[in-house]
Amino acid sequence: MKNRMPIVLLVLAVLGCLAPLAGLYPVFLMKGLCFALFACAFNLLIGYTGLLSFGHAAFFGTAGYVAGHFVKVWGWSPELGIILGAATSAGLGWLIGGLAIRRQGIYFAMITLALSQMLYFVCLQVPVTGAEDGMQGIPRGHLFGFIDLSSDLTLYYVVLAIFLAGYGLLQRVVNSPFGQVLKAIRENESRVLSLGYDVDRHKLLAFVLSAGLAGVAGATKTIVLGFETLTDVSWEMSGEVVLMTLVGGMGTLLGPVVGAFVIVSLQNYLADKVGAWVQVIIGSAFVLCVLALRKGIVGTIAARLQPKAINA
Amino acid sequence: MNTEHILETRQLGKDFKGFTAVSGVDLQIRRGHIHALIGPNGAGKTTVFNLLTKFLRPTTGQIFFNSTDITSEKPAQTARRGVIRSFQISSVFPHLTTLDNVRIALQRPLGTSYYFWRSQNSLNQLNARAMELLELVDLALFANKAAVELPYGRKRALELATTLALEPELMLLDEPTQGMGHEDVDRVTALIKKVAQNRTVLMVEHNMKVVSQIADRLTVLQRGRIIAEGPYAEVSSNPQVIEAYMGTVDTELQGAH
Ligand SMILES: Nc1ncnc2c1ncn2[C@@H]1O[C@H](COP(=O)(O)OP(=O)(O)OP(=O)(O)O)[C@@H](O)[C@H]1O
Ligand SMILES: [Mg+2]
Repeated sequence: MKNRMPIVLLVLAVLGCLAPLAGLYPVFLMKGLCFALFACAFNLLIGYTGLLSFGHAAFFGTAGYVAGHFVKVWGWSPELGIILGAATSAGLGWLIGGLAIRRQGIYFAMITLALSQMLYFVCLQVPVTGAEDGMQGIPRGHLFGFIDLSSDLTLYYVVLAIFLAGYGLLQRVVNSPFGQVLKAIRENESRVLSLGYDVDRHKLLAFVLSAGLAGVAGATKTIVLGFETLTDVSWEMSGEVVLMTLVGGMGTLLGPVVGAFVIVSLQNYLADKVGAWVQVIIGSAFVLCVLALRKGIVGTIAARLQPKAINA
Repeated sequence: MNTEHILETRQLGKDFKGFTAVSGVDLQIRRGHIHALIGPNGAGKTTVFNLLTKFLRPTTGQIFFNSTDITSEKPAQTARRGVIRSFQISSVFPHLTTLDNVRIALQRPLGTSYYFWRSQNSLNQLNARAMELLELVDLALFANKAAVELPYGRKRALELATTLALEPELMLLDEPTQGMGHEDVDRVTALIKKVAQNRTVLMVEHNMKVVSQIADRLTVLQRGRIIAEGPYAEVSSNPQVIEAYMGTVDTELQGAH
C-alpha cells in the first residue's frame, strides 16, 4: 500500500504524456486535468479530513481572476500569475476556513456556502472582474518569459506537469504524519482532541492547503482558456466539484481524477447533442453513483479487488 | 493547596439549559490512587469527566491539576498536561489499523503532526513501542486489522492501549469494562491495576466487583452531587449510599466481599 503511491504517479505521468498522441484533444485534456486537480484538492477535505466544503468555487475562481488580471493587465508571466492566484486562494482559505471550522457537519457546509456566495456578489459588483461579461482575452504568454505557450501541445505538457506536481503533493500530504492526524480526525474527532491534538488548527491547515491547490487548478484553467467568468465562483461550480469527487470515489487518491474526467467528458460530448439535457444526464449519473456505487467508481473497484482493503 | 492531590475541583457545577447535571462537586484525587467515581445512571459521572477534560465548560467552580488552575483551558491543552481520557462508548479510529490507532497517540509527542511534506515512514520508529502496547492488551495478533473489525471487548482494549500510549499522569476511564464478558473484565481489571502503578487513575465503573478489587477510594455521585466519599468498606456501608444507589446492586455488593 505504501509503495503504490509513486507507481500511481508514474502511471498517470505516462498516460498523460501519451494521451495527446492517442488523438485526444489537448484543450479537453487540459480542462480535465484542471478539474481533476480541483477535485483532488477538494477530496483532501471531504475524503481525508471529513469536512464538506460547499464553497470551493471561491478558491477556484478567485485564483482564476487574480492570475487573469495580473497576466493580462500587468503583463506577468503565466507561472507568476498562477502562483499569485494560488497564494490568494490560500489566504482566502485561511479566512473562510478560520470562520467555518468551528462548526460541525452541515453548519460547516452552510458557512462555506454563504461565504463563497458573498464572494460571488463581490465578483459580480467590482469592475476588475468584468462582472457578467467576464475577463476576456487573457494571453497565454511565455512560461518563465521564454517558452511560448501559444501551441496547445506545449501548454498541455506544462499543464500536465502542474497537475502531476499538485497531485504528488496531495499524495504526500495524505501519507504524511499530518495526513495520519487528518484521517484520525475524519474517523473520530473527539478522540483526536482527547489525545491532545489541536484539531481546529489541523483542519485549518488542511483547508488552506486545499484552497491553495484549488487555486492552482483555477488559475491554470484561466491561462488555458484565456478567459475567466462568474461561473467559476458560482455555487454550481462548488456543487460540480462535490459531484466529481463523489462519482469518482471520495477518500481515494484516483477517484477525483476519474470523476473529473467523466464529468468533463459528459459535458463536452453531450452539450452539442442534447443541449440543456446534459444537466439532467449528469444529475442522473450522480444519483446512480450514490445508489449503485456508494464508494464511487474507483472506491467500488478498489473494494472489489481487495475486499478487506483499508481505506487509507 | 494540598500537593498530595493531583486533581482537585471546587464547587464544580454544570447546567444544561436550566437542568443542573452537576453541582457543588468538590473532588480530591490523591496522586497514585485508583479512584472510582460511581453513581446511578444519569448521576452526572460522564459530565464530570467532560468538565475535567474541558469537553464541557463548567457553569461554576474551578479545576486544579497539580495545583494549577486549568478551568479555562482548551481540551488539547489539558490533554497535553498528561490528563488523558477514554470514552464511555468505545472510541477508536475504525478504518485505521489497530497499529495505526496506537500510533496516532504515540505520534503526538514527536511534534511532527503538522509536517505535511514529510513521509509517514518517519513514523515507523514508533512501531516497536506500538507493538509493545498492543501486546500489553493482547492485541498484537490484530495489529494490521482495521479497528472496525475487532469485537467490542477488543475495541475497548485498543482504546486503553491508545490512552496508555501517551503515558498519562492522570488517566480518566469512563466505564472501561462496560459491555465486556467475564474473562475480559478480569483481564482489563488486572491491566488497570498494573498500569496504575506509576500513575493516577480516575474511573467510572458500574461493576462493584471491579471497584472493590482495585479502587483505593471512591466518590458516589447522585443527581449531580457528591453523597459519599472514602474507601470502599466505608462507603459501601454508608446507609445513604445503600439507599440511594447500592441498594439496587445489593447482591453484587455482597458477592464482592
Ligand atoms: N449535552 C447535554 N445536554 C443536556 N443534558 C445533558 C447533556 N449531557 C448530559 N446531560 C444530562 O445530564 C445528566 C447526567 O448525564 P451523565 O451522562 O453525566 O450521567 P452518567 O452519570 O454518566 O450516567 P450513565 O451511568 O448512564 O453513563 C443526565 O440527565 C443527562 O441527560
Ligand atoms: Mg456516563
